[in-house]
Amino acid sequence: MCLAIPSKVIEIDHEMNSITVDTMGAARSASLDLLPEPVEIGDYVILHVGFAIRKVDEKSAIEVIDYYNEILADEQEE
Amino acid sequence: MNKKSKLSFSLLLDDYRDSHIIKKIAERIDQSIAGIDRKIRIMEVCGGHTHIIAKYGLEQILPETIEFIHGPGCPVCIMPKERIDHAYIMSLEKDVILVSLGDMMRVPGSYGSLFDARAKGADIRFVYSPLDTLDIAKENPDKRIVFFAIGFETTTPMTAALIERQIKESLKNILYHINHVTVPEPMEVVVSEDDSNIDAFIAPSHVSVITGAKIYQPIVNKYKIPIVVSGFEPVDVMESVRMIVQQFADNRAELEIEYKRGVTTEGNIKAQKMIDKYFEKDDFFRWRGVGDIPQSSYRLRSEYSYLNAELIFDLPDNSIDDHKLCMCGDILKGKAKPFDCKAFGKTCTPGKPLGACMVSDEGSCAAYYRYGRFNKI
Amino acid sequence: MKEILLEHGGGGESTGKLINDIFLEAFSNETLNKLEDASPFFADGKMAMTTDSYTVNPVFFSGGNIGKLSICGTCNDLAMMGAKPGYISCGFIIEEGFGIDELKTIVKSMSEELKKNNAVIITGDTKVVPRGNADKIYINTTGVGEIVYDGLSSSGIGEGDMIVVSNSIGEHGAHIFVMREGINIKSDLKSDCRSLWPLVDLLIKAGIRIKAIRDATRGGLSAVLNEWARQSNVCIKLKEELIPVKREVKGICELLGFEPYHLACEGTFVMAVDREDADKAVEAMRSHEYGSNAAVIGTVDSEFISKAVLETGIGTKRILDIPAGVLLPRIC
Repeated sequence: MCLAIPSKVIEIDHEMNSITVDTMGAARSASLDLLPEPVEIGDYVILHVGFAIRKVDEKSAIEVIDYYNEILADEQEE
Repeated sequence: MNKKSKLSFSLLLDDYRDSHIIKKIAERIDQSIAGIDRKIRIMEVCGGHTHIIAKYGLEQILPETIEFIHGPGCPVCIMPKERIDHAYIMSLEKDVILVSLGDMMRVPGSYGSLFDARAKGADIRFVYSPLDTLDIAKENPDKRIVFFAIGFETTTPMTAALIERQIKESLKNILYHINHVTVPEPMEVVVSEDDSNIDAFIAPSHVSVITGAKIYQPIVNKYKIPIVVSGFEPVDVMESVRMIVQQFADNRAELEIEYKRGVTTEGNIKAQKMIDKYFEKDDFFRWRGVGDIPQSSYRLRSEYSYLNAELIFDLPDNSIDDHKLCMCGDILKGKAKPFDCKAFGKTCTPGKPLGACMVSDEGSCAAYYRYGRFNKI
Repeated sequence: MKEILLEHGGGGESTGKLINDIFLEAFSNETLNKLEDASPFFADGKMAMTTDSYTVNPVFFSGGNIGKLSICGTCNDLAMMGAKPGYISCGFIIEEGFGIDELKTIVKSMSEELKKNNAVIITGDTKVVPRGNADKIYINTTGVGEIVYDGLSSSGIGEGDMIVVSNSIGEHGAHIFVMREGINIKSDLKSDCRSLWPLVDLLIKAGIRIKAIRDATRGGLSAVLNEWARQSNVCIKLKEELIPVKREVKGICELLGFEPYHLACEGTFVMAVDREDADKAVEAMRSHEYGSNAAVIGTVDSEFISKAVLETGIGTKRILDIPAGVLLPRIC
């Protein structure tokens, strides 16, 4: 349920309270009406049916992947 | 430009689908599960997770003692036929444009699907975003636009945002047929049954972005069952399974968040306030295949009755049962698998679904039908 | 006069002017110019014939238009039977009020595409229908061509054959979907609409032993491979990571909940070839701009008869499903 994908903010329209986001080369406008935090160009947001619903938390996003990548790298060295 | 973001699509999409990482997590699960000599039956509540599990064939790399039970988390599947009939009837009313999201178009009610209504001359549009309804309303000032709203807590605030914009722009011609349902109540229904065999839940990611993980705490407390809020990529699902297995290894039953990059305990307060402003809980909603569940859906607050299509159109108030062969009720509660149903793949297919689970791509029967569980192709 | 009127289809003076100024101007050849009731032509050897009607909406899209598509599509159908496109017929059904400049653009791209195929239009027809009775313009084309590589068949694929695609997949389907009203997605992606005969000709000349070949139009790659698996009674096994998909197509699929394997291609084909020729076929196609991303994507065996199966990057398998009717964006 509830397809939502990370998208990158490439434009901000303060007047319309909307942003343009890029999803791997597909651009679409998205509403900020429901986003609880401020965004800047270059941020990644989670997009659901044309609304940004959350900024992707950078630290948490990297943590899991780094953890496993380090294990994999260690194993390769062995 | 802000401070250099370390995020990228290559991290958020490619790495979260990376086969080496997925296999590594599978190894970890094998290690943790070694000391546990019992089956662990995990219900993934959300159809999105069912879809990912089937798409990546994750069951094939997990130990046999882990079993997924596919839950009732698909808003289209659980829509009872009588409400689809409402959409059908309204769409054929004079001067009506019915607007909904793509998922609704193919679902058959007792008269047919919205595609069938369109073939009869109804003006039915699907939109990618609910806000696109505003343009349709402005372009058609002499038409009544009925927004047929579907979805869980994730999609409910978008309908609220549409209402807010409509009121701000003084648009008079959008009405609403609200079918927004909520996640914790059906979870409690399936886990509270005497013969429930669910050992843990994987809770939906994007619902929880809005509501926060806190909505599951009462279920964890009351039923002493592990719940992990999981993201939608295969690495997320595997990591969530690992966290659940670890809870069993440690003899814990806790609420944990795997999808930390999107979900907090409190959730998106702004969106929650939007929901509260326009909606209140309805007494009950009839879930297709499951039955009446109290307090499991939203209705428009009475101040906004003038926008409520259900009060404005003359719609039948009946209930329509599914075919008696259909086992969706048991499947949605985790008591049966799609292959247990006599109708599966024979009289019931995605093209001609008899029951809830075959209706949308997210339904467990549809996922089994499309992707097959490999040993049963 | 800027628009097509009902009288343009009436058979009178206006019809004559339309034929002369637009159609003959672009399609001119000795046979067509005679404007006989039927056009004679010589045929020698085994021929193939195909017909298709084009109703694409929008009429103009990035990478082509309905006219280009109507020639590519029909010539490609011939090429997919090992037939060299030769003679084409075309019928237009035009809605009253359609712009004449737009018609000229459409006809011009048809003429350009005919040249690429070395084919000619030798007969045609135009009807104009009252406003509202058709959606802008529809084109039917029929093509005949001589079979120069015989024996291609969707039931002739055997164990050990290899599956090869001529380019990245799903671009036409993805592009047309986002161009539609109400979707509001912008992308630099173009339709892959292009003529395939030059590429097929190249393969034949390179001596590639082709078993089956098909352009992956409606229903995309998955429709073709499922049909082959059934008709040839084999298991077609693809490695998901080998299938070329452009980043933009992936993005659109993420946004709308699609699978690239379900999206139509209009200038990309899939073929089954003899195992020993697979790499040579890829190399030959990569030398041509229309085959720049050609790749071996799978094999044929007998593990799951009549099924097309995808092997994921983690080594698990799943059925490559067939899309259910019209593509719709998912929220869930």
